[in-house]
Amino acid sequence: MLLAPVVWALTVAIVYFFAAKTWWFPPPINQHGIAYDAQFMRTLIVCGVIFFLAQFALGWVIFKFRDDGRRAVYSHGNNKLEVIWTSATALLFLALVLMGTKIWASVHFDEAPPDAIPIEIMAKQFAWNFRYPGPDGKFGHTELTLINDAAGNPYGLDDKDPASTDDIVSASLKVPVGKPIKLIMHSRDVIHNFFVRELRMKQDIVPGMEIPLHFQADQIGIYEVPCSELCGLGHFQMRTTMQVMSEADFEAWKQQMAANK
Amino acid sequence: MSSPAAHTAHHAPQGFIRKYIFSLDHKVIGLQYYFLGLFSVFVGMTLSVMMRYHMVHPDAKVAIFKLLWPGSAAGGIMTPELYLSLMTMHGTIMVFFVLTTVPQSGFGNYFLPIQIGAEDMAFPVLNMMSFWTTFLALVVMMAAFFVQGGAPLSGWTGYPPLSGIGRITGPGEGTGQTLWIVSIAIFCGASLMGAINFIATTIDLRCKGMKLMRMPLTCWTWLVTAILGLLGFAVLLAAGVLLILDRSLGTSFFIPGGLFISDQIISGHKGGSPLLWQHLFWFFGHPEVYIAILPGMGVTSHLLSTFSRKPIFGYKAMVYAILSIGFLGFLVWGHHMFMSGMNPYSAMAFATLTMCIGVPSAIKTFNWIGTLWGGKIHFDTAMLFALGFVSLFVTGGISGIFLGQPALDLYFHDTYFVVGHFHMIMGVAAIFGMFAGTFYWFPKMFGRMMNEPLGKIHFYLTFIGVYCIFTPMHFIGLAGNPRRYSDFSNVEFLANLIPVHQFMSYAAYITAGAQIIFVINLFWSMMKGPKAPANPWNATSLEWGIPSPPPFDNFAGVHPVVNHGPYEYSVPGAPTDFTMQTDPPTVPAEH
Repeated sequence: MLLAPVVWALTVAIVYFFAAKTWWFPPPINQHGIAYDAQFMRTLIVCGVIFFLAQFALGWVIFKFRDDGRRAVYSHGNNKLEVIWTSATALLFLALVLMGTKIWASVHFDEAPPDAIPIEIMAKQFAWNFRYPGPDGKFGHTELTLINDAAGNPYGLDDKDPASTDDIVSASLKVPVGKPIKLIMHSRDVIHNFFVRELRMKQDIVPGMEIPLHFQADQIGIYEVPCSELCGLGHFQMRTTMQVMSEADFEAWKQQMAANK
Repeated sequence: MSSPAAHTAHHAPQGFIRKYIFSLDHKVIGLQYYFLGLFSVFVGMTLSVMMRYHMVHPDAKVAIFKLLWPGSAAGGIMTPELYLSLMTMHGTIMVFFVLTTVPQSGFGNYFLPIQIGAEDMAFPVLNMMSFWTTFLALVVMMAAFFVQGGAPLSGWTGYPPLSGIGRITGPGEGTGQTLWIVSIAIFCGASLMGAINFIATTIDLRCKGMKLMRMPLTCWTWLVTAILGLLGFAVLLAAGVLLILDRSLGTSFFIPGGLFISDQIISGHKGGSPLLWQHLFWFFGHPEVYIAILPGMGVTSHLLSTFSRKPIFGYKAMVYAILSIGFLGFLVWGHHMFMSGMNPYSAMAFATLTMCIGVPSAIKTFNWIGTLWGGKIHFDTAMLFALGFVSLFVTGGISGIFLGQPALDLYFHDTYFVVGHFHMIMGVAAIFGMFAGTFYWFPKMFGRMMNEPLGKIHFYLTFIGVYCIFTPMHFIGLAGNPRRYSDFSNVEFLANLIPVHQFMSYAAYITAGAQIIFVINLFWSMMKGPKAPANPWNATSLEWGIPSPPPFDNFAGVHPVVNHGPYEYSVPGAPTDFTMQTDPPTVPAEH
C-alpha cells in the first residue's frame, strides 16, 4: 500500500526533471540539430505520457485493490481491450520511428554536397588528428612506415608526393561557419567515436574502414569532441575541440598553418 | 506427455559429496546455481561501488585498492586501466554469472520440473555437468584479476581490435583478455547443455493433464529463454573461438590490416572486419537481454496473479507475447550498431523491428495492471518485488523507444542514457524478479519463512535506491556524458554533471549497504525462520501441493494429474479462493 505513494512520488520527480530541463542538451548549431530536438520532444511527449499513465495506473491499482475483505473479481481478461491497447502502442511506436527517418536519411543516405570541404580524421589511442588537403585540393600519399608521432607526422605523409607537401595536419578540428563539411574518418588502431553534442551527431571510427560523415555548422564557437567509443585506458582523455570560425578566420588559420610547416 | 519413468528408479543419494557437491538432483543443482549467482552478484556489486567511488574521487588514496591491486593501484590511487578492468568484470560477471544464471539455471532448475509435475530434469548428469562447467567458467573469469596486467579493459562487449591483438592495446589485454574469452567460451558450453536440458524437460516430462496451455507462465519463460540460449550461445561460442584464434594463432577474422599501435606496425593481420565481431556478439547479445529478463517476467506474472487472488489477465496473450519477444529478439541486434559504420539502410529495418518488440512488452505491462485490477492484493515482500518489477520494467522499457530510433541514437549512443536504460531493465528489473522469486519460493526451498519486516525494509531501500542511482543517468546522458570514462576532468562540459555523479554514488553506497539486510534475512531465515507450511501463499501451482522442502523425487512416487489451469483464483462457487492445478475436475468440466 505504501508502495503506491512511493511510485507516484518517483514518477512525479522524474517528470519534473524532464520538464525543468535541469540537465539538458546544449543548444543545437544547425538545421539538423533543430530537427533532432523536435524529434526528441515528440518522443519525449509520447513516452512521457505513457510512462506517467502506466506508473500512475500501477499506483492506483495498488492503492484501490488492496485486500479490504472483498472477493477478487474472477476474470481471465478482455480480448477487445487487449487488441485496442496493442494496436495503439504499435501505431504510436512505428509512427515515431517513421518520423525520425528523415533525420537519419539526411545524415546517412544523402551524399555530401559536391562543394563540401573534405577533412580527413585520423583517430588513434588517444588523440585526434585532422588533415586538410591544402591549396591543391588533394590529400597526399601516406605510408604506414613513415608514421612518426614524435616528429609530427601522425598520418605518415610522404614527402616525395607533391600532393602531400601542402597538406595541413591539426590536432583540433577547425571548420568555416555555414559551409558543408565532409569528414572522412579513419582509425589507426582501435575503434573510436567522433561526437559533437551541438551537432547532434556521432559516428564510430573503425580501423580498416573509411566512413564518411557530412554536416554544416551555423554557429561560430568552440565545441568539445569527447571520444565516445571505449578505446583503451586513455579513453577519458581523448578529447579535442571543433572550432567553428568565420570564413575569413578559417582561411587565415589555414595560411598560418601552412606557413608554420 | 510421457510420465517421467526414466528416472523414477534412482534412489536418493547417500553421502555428502553425492548429495550436495556432485548432485544429480535438480533442486540441489538449482541451489548451487543460486549461490554461485549470489557470490557473483556481491563481487559485481562491490566492483560497481568501487567504480562509483572512483568516479567522484578520482585522486583519492584508498587502502583497500592498494591491498587488492598492489600493481595497478600502487599508492591506493585507482589507475584508468584498473577502472576499466573493474568495469569490464562488473559487466561480464553480472550479465553472465548473475542475470543468465540465477533466474534461469537457478530458479528454473529447481522449479521447472516441479511445476510441470516431473521428478527431475530430463538429463540429470548433463545438468550436473552444466553447473560444474559454469563453475569452471567463473573460476577462469576470476583468475583474470590475478594475472599479469590484470583483468581486461575492453568492456563486457569485448570489441576487437581492442580485445583482439594483445598487450599492445593496453594492460589487461594480454593474459587477462585471453582468460576472459576462454571463460566466456566455457560458459557458452555450459549454457548450451542447460538449454538442451530445459527444452527436453518441458517438451517430454510434463505430467498427465499438464497441457502446454496449462503451464504456469514461469515455465513458458524458462522454455523460451532456453531456446534463446540454445541459439544465442552457439553463436557467441563461435565468435569467441574466432577471437581466440585471432589472438593466439594469427588469424584475421576481426583484425584488419594496416594497423599502427604503440609506435609499431601490426603486420601479422590483414583483411579482418571489426564489425563482424559486433554482428556475432549482438546476435547473441540482444537475445541475452531477454534471457535475463524473461524469467523475471514469468515470476512477476505468476506472483501478481497469486497475490492479487485473480487469474492472470490474458493468459494466452501473455504466452504469445513471450513467444514473439523470443522471436523478435533475434531480429533486432543491429540496434546496438546504429553508429558502428554498418550500412545505414539496414538501421531502418532494425529500428522498425525494435519498435515491434515494444508491442509485446506493452501487452505484458497492460496485462499485469489488468491482473491487479479488481484484485484483492496481499502485500507480502515477494509481491512488493513483483510490483517493483512492473514499475522498473516500464521505466527501463520506455527509454528504449528513444534508443531504438537511429535518428535519436545519433546523440544517445554510448552516453549514460544507455547505461541508465539497460541497468533499469536488464539489471535491476531482472534482479527484482530474482528477489521476488527468492521471497516467494524460499519457504518451499528451505521449509522456513523469511522475515517480512526485514524484507520490506530491504525492498523499500532497494526500490527507491535503484531509482536514485539509475534515473539520473538518463539526465546526464541528455547532457552528453559519455560512458566508460574513469574520470570526468578532461572534458569541460562534464564539470556541471559532477554533482549528479555524487548523488548517484551516495545512492549506490546506500543501496549496496541495504543488500546486507537481504543476506542476513536469507541466512538467518534458513537457520531460524519459522517453519513453513506446504502452501503458505495459498497458491495453485504444483510445487505448493508437496511438502516444504520437497522430498528427493518431488512427488514421493505419486504421479500428479493436472486438471486446471495455473491461475484459478477466486473461482465463483469454489470452496476456497484458490483451485490447485491438481484439484479434482469441477463438474461440469471446466470452461
